[in-house]
Amino acid sequence: MLNIDSLQNGIVIDHIQAGTSMILYDLLELGKLDCCVAIIKNARSEKYGRKDIIKIDGELDLNLDILGFLDPNITVGVIRDGKLVEKRKPQMPKILKNVIRCRNPRCITSVEESVEQIFYLTENKKYRCAYCEYEYRPRQK
Amino acid sequence: MPHAEHTVFRMFSARPFGEKRFACRFSFFPRLFERLRLLQSDVIRTLSERMFLCMDLRHLIDPLDLSQEETHRLLDLADKIAASPSSYYGVCDGKKLATLFYEPSTRTRLSFEAAMLNLGGRTLGFATADSSSATKGESIADTIRVISCYADICAMRHPKEGAPFRASQFSGIPVINAGDGGHQHPTQTLTDLMTIRRRKGGFSGLTIGLCGDLKFGRTVHSLIRSLARYSGMRFILISPEELRTPRYVLEESLLPQNIPFREVSSLEDSMPELDILYMTRVQKERFFNEEDYVRLKDSYILTEEKMKLAKADMAVLHPLPRVNEIALDVDRDPRAAYFEQVQNGVYVRMALILALLGLEEGKEVLTHAEH
Repeated sequence: MLNIDSLQNGIVIDHIQAGTSMILYDLLELGKLDCCVAIIKNARSEKYGRKDIIKIDGELDLNLDILGFLDPNITVGVIRDGKLVEKRKPQMPKILKNVIRCRNPRCITSVEESVEQIFYLTENKKYRCAYCEYEYRPRQK
Repeated sequence: MPHAEHTVFRMFSARPFGEKRFACRFSFFPRLFERLRLLQSDVIRTLSERMFLCMDLRHLIDPLDLSQEETHRLLDLADKIAASPSSYYGVCDGKKLATLFYEPSTRTRLSFEAAMLNLGGRTLGFATADSSSATKGESIADTIRVISCYADICAMRHPKEGAPFRASQFSGIPVINAGDGGHQHPTQTLTDLMTIRRRKGGFSGLTIGLCGDLKFGRTVHSLIRSLARYSGMRFILISPEELRTPRYVLEESLLPQNIPFREVSSLEDSMPELDILYMTRVQKERFFNEEDYVRLKDSYILTEEKMKLAKADMAVLHPLPRVNEIALDVDRDPRAAYFEQVQNGVYVRMALILALLGLEEGKEVLTHAEH
């Protein structure tokens, strides 16, 4: 396995559920970056058996909300001068804006122009559309 | 882009009373403000729109936008109006109600118009989407900005869920949700609550059976939400498997408070327990597949025979229109309260208009932060 020490300055997104790193890559728009991005799939994990890892050679302002929404088990390590200086654990965001779309064909967001897709986190940790209250289901990703 | 929460706090803190006052407002009418907090500043584009949000402009999008106390005061006012409707004529002199009905309706639209006319105001609007600029592709946001220049208050019905909420984000006048798809219908709920209170003297300790289309029946969702706030309520949800109450309604309103409810298929078995029977129509317009509609439309028909199983003081409610789910014979039964509901609907809408416009006794209905 690669070591995080191999990065001088950058970010390591660790403990990604195995097989979902490419979804994260697309949602975070990492393809638009000029810096080096490494995706490690199916790495061994004591805790989860298998996991994915993304390493980004360079600092950037990550949208932790997206990470928290996709998988609250993810950890984000910030590397500076080859050392891990910060470890963040994204939380499930209370509000998700323009990350997922409401799939309810009866929702106003299906027809109204320029409407923001807003979901809020309910007490039982599910996301609902702020307009029609339709529940977001992960299989719709 | 600033976070929505910060944006709203900033907007309110710009006012002399600061954040504390906003926090106070928020606690009074949580539902709509919870949703407004989700918005970013770029949605509320103009200064006048920000001003409107900062002022005491209130909308009715969800039945829980009114606190329990506000609901009671509104029903008290509706009772006073019912006792002497003519004494309220002229209170809305010079005011205009816009009825924006993107979906056909007879009762609700005419009830709103009758309410405004009874108060001495005037009405304008459209009765179908075909006769509005929606056919030209105009958005809800643009329509409501325009209507805000023409009228003092508006009632909106829309086939798309969340449309009145969208309108409230851009409106300079109070927006009343007159039904949005299969989602909510808060003024029907106020009508139902008024009828139940007049028949039963209150809401606590009642067993209510909701029967028919509980999946798409917006009146059912709104009523459950409102009644779940009262102690001792029991719900019996009677529907075919395909038309069960949406999970989110149960999870939000009944399960967290351990309110007793059960989902059943038989109307007859439940009849002896009920204090209120709320019948609903299986709505053809909510089905994408006609075959499903035809299969389910006659699931429940309330007849004189079935009424014999019920308590002597049970009340039968129905939001109307009915098709065949209540046999005509039942109309003669004193327990049939659905035409009484229609009359109550006018009184409660009169009270709501007065409350949202802050006129006469309506000033006392809504709780504002400065009180």
